[in-house]
Amino acid sequence: MSTVVLLLFTGLGLGALYFLVAAGLSLIYGLMGVLNFAHGAFLTLGAFAGWEVARRTGSDDWGIFLLSLLVGAAAGAAFAAFTEFVLIRRLYQRHIEQLLITLGLSLAAVALFDGIWGTDPVFIQGPAWFKDTTEIFGARVPNDRFVCIIAAVLVLLAMVFFLKNTRYGMIIRAGVENRSMVTALGIDVRKAFTLVFTIGGAAAGLGGVLASHYFGYVSPMLGGSLLIFAFIVTVIGGLGSLTGAAIAAVAVAVLQQFANFYLGGTGDFVVVLALALVLLFRPSGLLGRTS
Amino acid sequence: MTAAAEPRPILRIERLNAHIAGQQVVEDVSFTVPAAGITALLGRNGVGKTSTIKAIIGLIDRTGAVELDGVRIEKESTYKIIRSGVGYVPEDREVFSKLTVAENLRLAERDDAPRRQLVEELFPDLVARSGQMAGTLSGGQQQMVSLARALLNTNKILLVDEPTKGLAPKIVAEVAETLAEAAKTVPILLVEQNLHVVRQLAEGAVVLSGGRVVHTGDALEFLDDAELTQRLLGVSADPLAEKSAGKGAAL
Repeated sequence: MSTVVLLLFTGLGLGALYFLVAAGLSLIYGLMGVLNFAHGAFLTLGAFAGWEVARRTGSDDWGIFLLSLLVGAAAGAAFAAFTEFVLIRRLYQRHIEQLLITLGLSLAAVALFDGIWGTDPVFIQGPAWFKDTTEIFGARVPNDRFVCIIAAVLVLLAMVFFLKNTRYGMIIRAGVENRSMVTALGIDVRKAFTLVFTIGGAAAGLGGVLASHYFGYVSPMLGGSLLIFAFIVTVIGGLGSLTGAAIAAVAVAVLQQFANFYLGGTGDFVVVLALALVLLFRPSGLLGRTS
Repeated sequence: MTAAAEPRPILRIERLNAHIAGQQVVEDVSFTVPAAGITALLGRNGVGKTSTIKAIIGLIDRTGAVELDGVRIEKESTYKIIRSGVGYVPEDREVFSKLTVAENLRLAERDDAPRRQLVEELFPDLVARSGQMAGTLSGGQQQMVSLARALLNTNKILLVDEPTKGLAPKIVAEVAETLAEAAKTVPILLVEQNLHVVRQLAEGAVVLSGGRVVHTGDALEFLDDAELTQRLLGVSADPLAEKSAGKGAAL
């Protein structure tokens, strides 16, 4: 029982990280049709920015941790907004070029991070409570898992609130469904594009700081490794569906943890198998729009 | 179509060409729409009527001149063209199915003082269904949402693309009535397959064939010319036959 609980919470913590990356990816693809391979770089920059806050202040208390979350989110948001405004905006409807430029940016960003912070992982200290565990049904669950889960739930609620209760949220929901009709109502949908990129970048940056505490280190490859699974989550959840991304993130991460433990470390294989099954039997994903 | 002494047309199209996926769908189209009444854009299926409408507002790649109320707009992006005073009612409604009726309407509001009261008077059913997801509405109700979105704002012209397509005769009559009411205050360029509706509403007619304009003139005169309608539209627009059929000849 305790093993199951531990795997479940570890999976939920990892799912929270997947969601923070996949939420932006899903909205960006749903609204703009952009397959953003640079999204992992937003996460990595956020993680390094958060790490810099901790390093420069030399403190590992809760206040600094919260500040690092803010700085990480801001760094991810700024990088994403810059990417959309400078690189992507000129390439709408040119999907091959978009793919190439985001892929190129992801490689260039890793090289840049290598140059600034080195190729070796840098280790991070958080509040002392993170190193403790909490006992749930006999399982000693590392506390940092709870932080990831709570942060992801808050981000999900904030995004849902924004999408449901603001005019820009309404524009984004409508644009995911039929972008050209939004334009044909006299709405400058490009502002929504920048906004979605920025929100997605902020969530990824936040995820980067949390990921650095979850794994205990930051490296230039951190974003890339999470991005692969975030793409899988996005496809399984349904492109453009925030709720789908949340459900799929939890399902993928929990499945991965259980398969790793009970099926001899085959977690990644089982996740890819789940992706294949979804593509075969439900190509639009769990909650995606059907074509 | 409009003589030099007549008032300036609200819309002037000059040598409009449009392409979709590299294929030319509108070829050297020129016509004008007068500043009052309904002008029908007619033609057989696939001659480029919808493409012409989309090209006017820049939804598809095009070249040529588009002048709205004396101002050239062909270089502007779609949203700016719409904001300059064009109401667009697309073929197949294109309501946002995952947004409520109220959200669909709020999204369309671009004036400081949108004409909500007018819309509520014209479409009382939509008020009752304001919280309902637009995707769960019937085809006729979705058409009402689509028309309401265009009528919420003060426009210089409405571009209305096949508003009666796929609707029951009773709903067709309601849509025609709404368009007649709207035309009292704003000129309309109407793509319509139902010739009974065209006869009922349109004053002018522009007929396309193979992506080109092949006829312009008075709508009733055109519809009364059996040989011409047979040749250009492939159907007879005999008014007696339309009446006996109840819903009119369709292209």
